[in-house]
This record gives sequence, structure tokens and C-alpha cells, in this order.
Amino acid sequence: MKLDSQTVERVSLLARLQLSADELKSMTEQMGHILEYVRQLDELDTSGVEPMAHAIDMCNVFAEDVHTPGLSREEALANAPNHDEECFRVPAVLG
Amino acid sequence: MSVIEKSAVDLKKLLEQGELSSVQLVSACLDQIAEHDTKIHAFLKVNSNEALQHAEAIDARRQQGKPLGLLAGIPVAVKDLVCTKGYATTCGSRMLENFIPPYDATVIRRLKEADAIIIGKTNMDEFAMGSSNENSAFGPTRNPWNTAAIPGGSSGGSAACVAASMSPLSIGSDTGGSIRQPAALTGVTGMKPTYGRVSRYGLIAFASSLDQIGPMARSTADVALMLQVLAGHDAHDSTSANVPVPDYLANLERPLKGLRIGWVREHYGEGLDAEVEKSARESIEVYKSLGATIEEVSLSHSKYGVATYYIIAPSEASSNLARYDGVHYGYRTNEKEMLKRLADEARGHDPATIDNALVRMYRQSRAEGFGPEVKRRIMLGTYALSAGYYEAYYLKALKVRRLIREDYDRALEKVDLILGPTTPTAAFPIGECAEDPLSMYLADIYTVTTNLAGLPGISIPCGLTSAGMPIGLHLQAGPFEEEKLLRAAQMFQSATEWHKARPESL
Repeated sequence: MKLDSQTVERVSLLARLQLSADELKSMTEQMGHILEYVRQLDELDTSGVEPMAHAIDMCNVFAEDVHTPGLSREEALANAPNHDEECFRVPAVLG
Repeated sequence: MSVIEKSAVDLKKLLEQGELSSVQLVSACLDQIAEHDTKIHAFLKVNSNEALQHAEAIDARRQQGKPLGLLAGIPVAVKDLVCTKGYATTCGSRMLENFIPPYDATVIRRLKEADAIIIGKTNMDEFAMGSSNENSAFGPTRNPWNTAAIPGGSSGGSAACVAASMSPLSIGSDTGGSIRQPAALTGVTGMKPTYGRVSRYGLIAFASSLDQIGPMARSTADVALMLQVLAGHDAHDSTSANVPVPDYLANLERPLKGLRIGWVREHYGEGLDAEVEKSARESIEVYKSLGATIEEVSLSHSKYGVATYYIIAPSEASSNLARYDGVHYGYRTNEKEMLKRLADEARGHDPATIDNALVRMYRQSRAEGFGPEVKRRIMLGTYALSAGYYEAYYLKALKVRRLIREDYDRALEKVDLILGPTTPTAAFPIGECAEDPLSMYLADIYTVTTNLAGLPGISIPCGLTSAGMPIGLHLQAGPFEEEKLLRAAQMFQSATEWHKARPESL
């Protein structure tokens, strides 16, 4: 199942990345090459094996529902590319 | 021996005895940086003024007999993906070129409480993705042993600055080998602790189930000293382990009696450079002469480590890096130009087929802010997690991950430690792997499985190639067995001199 550039274009939208025509071509090639390499995992019979998402056995950690100080508005806006002292500004989403 | 060549442990004694001031020490390090870093480029930012001010303050407190922390007055360089409040933290990326964190990472807080002097932020592969430090948006770091060669990555800057005597201590991060591999290639000692041993709060995330912060220095004792400061449970990091921290220095000099070492059958074969192999085998003989027994073990799924890692890590990265959308912080594309282009595209087309402005802002900001390797991994991860591919790739990789971990569990029942080469070759020339990302990935073959299994690992210098380039020895142990690793590494460093070797020109 070879990777085609239409799939890569679709994935680029999911990934919120804009690829130029050249990048689409090289990305398709490089991804195809890497995906071919990782398919070797198919050699292994993993029926009955539990997936391991975490290295160490963990339990969910809970905290008391107690208010603790967060960032001030000023601190939160300090790195914003575009703000109006109150909110982050972005291109219009609706209408 | 000049002050910049001394170990942190020795420097600590000199500072405590009043034979050296922190101002003298920091000045000496800053002089070394000024003289050599234009060539090496280990640092992205040097904290000269604040470091000297801090050193003065520590010297004053010491004179007044006030209590001081474990690392008082000693410089530490910090990889630029650890948040330092009020001080730029770029991750080696244009995406965060101007990002000033509003908080300190827990490890920074701990270093400050230990009165360490943060001397600067070091260069790295962008977002910790790379094994050569060539993926930095701000130019590569060069290997102090041969400036035409890579220092390794992604903690290339942290490794190089210690190897070049610019700082006695540094911290790096390791997701698939990013502390241990550059340590090996630059002839320094670097450790990746057990997953959860050191808090990840304030570590800008690459792969959340694999990332760990760890110490780098020119000796095991120095690494142990730093680990003592960094390790411990942190309520801010829900993956932080609630496991007590032993005194890593107390028993460091006591050799491990009856040490059983495993060497891995699958490590020796095609791809392993002959000189690296020779050095690893000679190191086995050193341990035998120290009374250890050596046994062959099998980690039968070793060869699937790189494939497993390069599905899981990009998948986690695609999720972690989704936050970089140009909205709250980080790079945003030029909106005016973007909107104009969008309007041009929309002319004569069904609007449903064109991105809306917000989506285009995300796509454009990310395309311009991220470098090629980061984009590659985000794309791979997005693909591997997407509907229709998730089971075949991501879920499959998680199952193989368990098999890899079970290999280690079985092996560590028979032996105390696993030993082998850290990398298949010594440092290669800058630019060599540029055309083929996969060839770069294969450099991680010995280190990725440690992260997948969540185990601790350390790389210590064990030789030089005929071209005079460092070779690293890799030791791995069971969960939270850092003490065992440190003691075994100390045994080696008490019997050999490799860790004392320095690049001649520096």
C-alpha cells in the first residue's frame, strides 16, 4: 500500500500544516520511506499482547478541587502575537 | 589544572574552603565561552550579567556563614526546552524564538534552591527532534573534539559545553537517547533517569511517555550530585513518581560486589563500527577485572526498537505540538499577507474547498514556524493516529513496546545491569545524514528501547577511535536503580581514565 500525495495532503490539513507543492512531493516520498520501514512490526505476532502506553504502571492522580493562583491577565497575554489588552485576537471565525 | 577543567565535586570543596570564589569560577567559564563558543555554538543565550550577580550574592552569603544549597556557586547550563521564567526559551525553533516563559520548570526551581548558577541556555535539535543538533533553527552545534563533526543530539549544546569546559554541569533531556548519545559522541557522562524520577513540569513536551530530564557532566560523581538536586516527586507533574530519593553520593565509591552484567547478543552485528565494538568488549574486560561476572542475555525485540519508537514518539509529538497555533504565544504568520493570498485563492472557487482564515492562520504559522524534521514527525504522527491507520501503526507499536519491556524484565532477572555501546558509530561529519532522515533514526538503535521501557540509562566515556573521537559505554538497569548505575559507572571511572580525556584545542 504505497502512500499517495492525496493522503499526505489530507493529513497535512489534519495536522494544520501548509505544504508547498515541492514539500508535498518530498514529504510523500520521505513519509512513504519511513512508513515502509516501520511496517516491519507486522512480522511480529502481537495477538493477546496488551498495548503499553506508559512505561511505568501508573494510576490517575487527583488533586483537591481548591483554587490556586494562576497567571494574571498581563502574564497570560505577554507572549501573544496579537492582543487588545483583554483578549487574544485572531481572524474572524464566524460570519 | 585550570579551574574550568575541575569537576563539580572538586569545585564544591574549593568553594567551601574559600580557595575559590564563585565569581572567579563563573568568570573563568564565561571567558572560555567567549573564546570558543563562536566556533562551537553550544549556547543560544549566555546569562553573563545575571550569572555574575548571582555568583557575587552566593559568595557574600558564604562569607556571612549563611546556609547554602548543594550546588552553591556552581554554573549549570540548561537545554533550551526547559522553561526559565523571564528568560527566553526557544526549543531551538522559530516557533518559540521570542517565547518568554511566565514560570520556572520544577528542575529550575530545584537548581535555584540548590544555589546553582544558571549560566545560559544551550542549543538543541528543534523540539528535541534529532540526533545531530543539525535541526536547530539557529545553526548547528559543533563537536569540540572535531568541529567538522556533529556533537550528537538533541542535547548537543548541553553535551558540547561540558566537553569544551564551558560549564562543569549541564542538563539535557532524553526521549530516545538525546542525553546519552551526545554524551557518548563528546566524551562526557550523561544519564537518563527512570521515567518519572525527575519532574517534567516546565519541560516543553516532545513525547510525554518517553521524555526525561537528566544531568550531564565530566564524571559520574558530578552526575550523581546533580541527580540528587533534580530527582523527586512533584505534584505539578502527574507522571512524577512518588518514590523516595536515595542519597546517591553516600555509597557512590563502594564497588558493587558480585555485580552481574549482561551483554546483549542482538547488539553485535551489522551496522556496529568495529572500533566501537572493540571498545565495548574491552570495557567488559575492565568490569571482569573488577570482579563482575558477564553473561550473554537476549533482548530479542531489539531490532524493532527504532520502528516502534518512530511510530510512538511522532504520534505523541503530533498531539503535544498541536498547541503551537500562533494564537496565544509563539510564531504567527503575517496575517495581512495571509488574508490577501486567501482572497486570491477564493476567487472563482467554491468557498467550501478553501481553508477559512483561522485554519489558514494555523497552517501557515505552523508551516513557517517549524523546521522540516518537526513537520515530518508531526505528519507521521498524525497519519499513525488517524482513523483507519491507528490500529495498524500506533496500537501495534504499543503492543511491541510491551514486548520490548518484557525482554528487559526477563534479562534483568538474570543480571543486574545491561552493558553495551551507546551508539553504533562515533560522531559523523555535519551534513552526512542530511538527505536521508531514516539513516539518522538508525543512530538511536541502542538508546530508544530504554525510553520505551521507561528504564534508567547512563553513558560513560570508554575509549577513543583511531581518529581520536570519543566512544561511549551504555549501562541500563531496572526501574529506580539509578544508584546501581551510578556505582557501576563509578567503578569503571575509578579503574580507567577515558572520562578525563579532553579535546586538545580547548
